[in-house]
Amino acid sequence: MKSLTTTFVLLLVSIQLFAQPQESAVVDTLAGSEKIYVVAACALLILLALLFLLFSVDRRVKKLEKKSEGK
Amino acid sequence: MNISQSWWKILGAILVIYSTVYGFLSSVPALPILHESIRNLYFHVPMWFAMIVLFTISVFHSIKFLNNGSEDSDLKAVQSVNAGIVFGILGIVTGAIWARFTWGQAWSFDVKQNFAAIALLLYFAYLILRNAIDEEQKRAKISAIYNIFAFPMMVVLLFVLPRIGDSLHPGNGGNPGFNAYDLDSRMRMVFYPACAGWIIIGYWIYTLLARVTKLEKKKTL
Repeated sequence: MKSLTTTFVLLLVSIQLFAQPQESAVVDTLAGSEKIYVVAACALLILLALLFLLFSVDRRVKKLEKKSEGK
Repeated sequence: MNISQSWWKILGAILVIYSTVYGFLSSVPALPILHESIRNLYFHVPMWFAMIVLFTISVFHSIKFLNNGSEDSDLKAVQSVNAGIVFGILGIVTGAIWARFTWGQAWSFDVKQNFAAIALLLYFAYLILRNAIDEEQKRAKISAIYNIFAFPMMVVLLFVLPRIGDSLHPGNGGNPGFNAYDLDSRMRMVFYPACAGWIIIGYWIYTLLARVTKLEKKKTL
């Protein structure tokens, strides 16, 4: 009985080994490789924002083109 | 494309391309915690410089509006704030991404982060103030005065107040960053062109926004 209790307690203790905080794959990648992917993510974000801006200006110019065609 | 008028756009493009390529490939000093993420100096910091230059242009046009009352100056003041806010948001988000992996939290309520957010809110308030006033001359005048007061507030929030409190931000309170010891000559060779390039690109975006808005306001097109 005693050995069974000991086994059970030791099993309980070992459970916390599995309870390590599990980060997502994305977070792990960004934190790895000396954090170079953090820089890549920031550069990508800037690129996306500029492309978004490009699309919005494009839309406004298209509207102007339509307006001038109607005249 | 007329080269005598557009040379600065080409210059800006070349500087940004150069700083992006060498931002990733050049060698950087090995620092703890930061590691390779020190390269964010070439991407995150120029965003703020571009924003400040665009807000300065806005103040210039606001003062000009108060002098001559021309609609054109008002339009330019608004559009440079619009362009500046884009860079400000990019600055704060790239900062948060970086902070997530160096400070452990995207938003740790660091004084630098908080005051940068407040500085951006000042300019959101400028745009909201404009939308709240219907009469055009009144709107232009009130928002021009607000803009002139918001600018020194922004400068104080970004450069003075974070130095009084304890900030984790590099360059503040003894943290490695923007000072003579860490920013070595190799990094300067990329950092200064990056700042110049992004400022030029920011100015370009502002002129595009101003030109499109001007055309939209014209009734006879």
